[in-house]
Amino acid sequence: MHIVVCTKFTPDSEAKMSVDESGKVSWGDSPLIINPWDEYSMEEALLLRDEYGGKVTVISMGPEEALEVLKHAVAMGADEAVRVWDEACTGSDTLATSYVLAKTIETIGDVDLILCGKSAIDAETWQTGVALATRLDVPSLMYTIKIRAVDGDAGTITVERLLEQGRQVVEASLPAVVGTTKGINEPRYTSFMGIRKAAKMAYPHWTLEDIGADRAKVGRSGSGVRWPTVFEPPVREGEAEIIEAGSVEEKAEILAEKLLAEKVI
Amino acid sequence: MSGDIFVWVEQFENEVVGASWEAVGAARQLADEQGGHVVACLFGGDGVGGLAEEAFGYGADRVMVGKDATLVDFRVEPYAALMAEAVEQGEADTVLIAATFRGRELGPALAVRLETGCIADCTDLAFEDGELVATRPIYAGKLMSKCMIPERRPRVLTTRVRAFGKPEPDVGRDGEVNQLQPVMAEEAIKTKVMGFEESEGGVSLADASIIVSGGRGVAGSEGYGPLQELADVLNAALGASRAAVDAGWIPYEHQVGQTGKTVSPDLYVACGISGAIQHLAGMRTSKVIVAINKDPEAPIFKVADYGVVGDLFDVVPALKKVLAERMG
Repeated sequence: MHIVVCTKFTPDSEAKMSVDESGKVSWGDSPLIINPWDEYSMEEALLLRDEYGGKVTVISMGPEEALEVLKHAVAMGADEAVRVWDEACTGSDTLATSYVLAKTIETIGDVDLILCGKSAIDAETWQTGVALATRLDVPSLMYTIKIRAVDGDAGTITVERLLEQGRQVVEASLPAVVGTTKGINEPRYTSFMGIRKAAKMAYPHWTLEDIGADRAKVGRSGSGVRWPTVFEPPVREGEAEIIEAGSVEEKAEILAEKLLAEKVI
Repeated sequence: MSGDIFVWVEQFENEVVGASWEAVGAARQLADEQGGHVVACLFGGDGVGGLAEEAFGYGADRVMVGKDATLVDFRVEPYAALMAEAVEQGEADTVLIAATFRGRELGPALAVRLETGCIADCTDLAFEDGELVATRPIYAGKLMSKCMIPERRPRVLTTRVRAFGKPEPDVGRDGEVNQLQPVMAEEAIKTKVMGFEESEGGVSLADASIIVSGGRGVAGSEGYGPLQELADVLNAALGASRAAVDAGWIPYEHQVGQTGKTVSPDLYVACGISGAIQHLAGMRTSKVIVAINKDPEAPIFKVADYGVVGDLFDVVPALKKVLAERMG
């Protein structure tokens, strides 16, 4: 089974984000990391490879920084890694990004399963996985918290998807795009051997020509959405009003009064 | 006169999801401001047509009903295909979809089919110089972004749950109902829903108006007992910090924060939660925040409106007792 994992780098979830006067977004000295949701995809891909055999290829659309994320994935255990980038990709929304990823996967060819995080913690659109599946005309199984079975002979996969009201059990034909959520597994740490392997590996850089992509369909010209302004939200004013009283019971009474007065209960 | 605003109205077991009425309300406001009609699209199996009346009440001018065996359960492919068909039959300028789990799937699938942009999780919509400008949180609300789709039509936007008020229904309103024929046959659909395991009881975090949440201070799965009792009195959902979920005390479904759910209830009661930046990002837009924590220096007190410094195992039961009496 050939599994492709799509990933991207994001600022660390603990990063304090800011915007300077020119509108440039900064995450201070926080590190860039693999999008946390994608770590679950990587782990799941490795577990599936252990169970069913085959190989795992990790791909990322992004500038040089994306290499670090690919190295992390290889250190976890990915067999191959490809970075796709062209300056023309700058300013891509999910319409354009899904096009580039779809062309990349078509170029790889012979892919049985595509895994991605259910969203990325930076722009948080939750869109790329579904958009990619739509581009490839294959099923999308987002919010997957459990892969129940992969039946290579029948060419099907059965998963549990976490929705508002509970878990939906879905069977889909392969290839399919599965979007993983936390709870599906416990991502492994990278090993010393893995890190050494990742350091020695070659990371092919594919251009738009390599994947046969139409330049008009990437970057700004291929995107529908523009985001000219990014700003810091107003901070929540002031400090909490600390409820002071002699006993816990009295504090509870006062707090209850306040909440009733706020009309939130 | 601009084009129409189409809204996908989500139903689960023939009950409309509240967030969809919020989206219809947002569409109504935009149409009142800029012209055009509000067209509600309702897909499902038997009984779905009966929901049309409600859609008029919440502000729809026209309802398009797709009723078919292939549409009983939400599946991205047939729903996106039918939504694209509905939009193409009409004069759609904008498509609004509530950003529920299913809505977040339908939006991008529809946008790719229509080769247009999709702006996710909008918390505010306003016309500026004739262009619809959407404000949305990024980096879990640590930053905000203003987005637009200037060149392609229709624009697809998803509205964040609870960001737009649910309108008061006007039972006197009425409108035209059109039927839509499904565009995908069952054999062409590559997914099959095999079953559904509903979550055991409890209120869902996403649309809860009150959340009682516990963190490291809860100190174990048993520690959620008193929190659940308070939640029961308030008809609240139970939330948790990443620390508590990672410790295995409570399932991931309950996690609030950047790698959990972003919530914005009327009341958020944080019990034994220190207030790590990634947790604050997920709940900072709550209307009123109460923090209960032993540590008076905990960062959670910086964002809370009311704070009680003390042991949650004393404060939470006391609060539950008072509220049970008051709200009895």
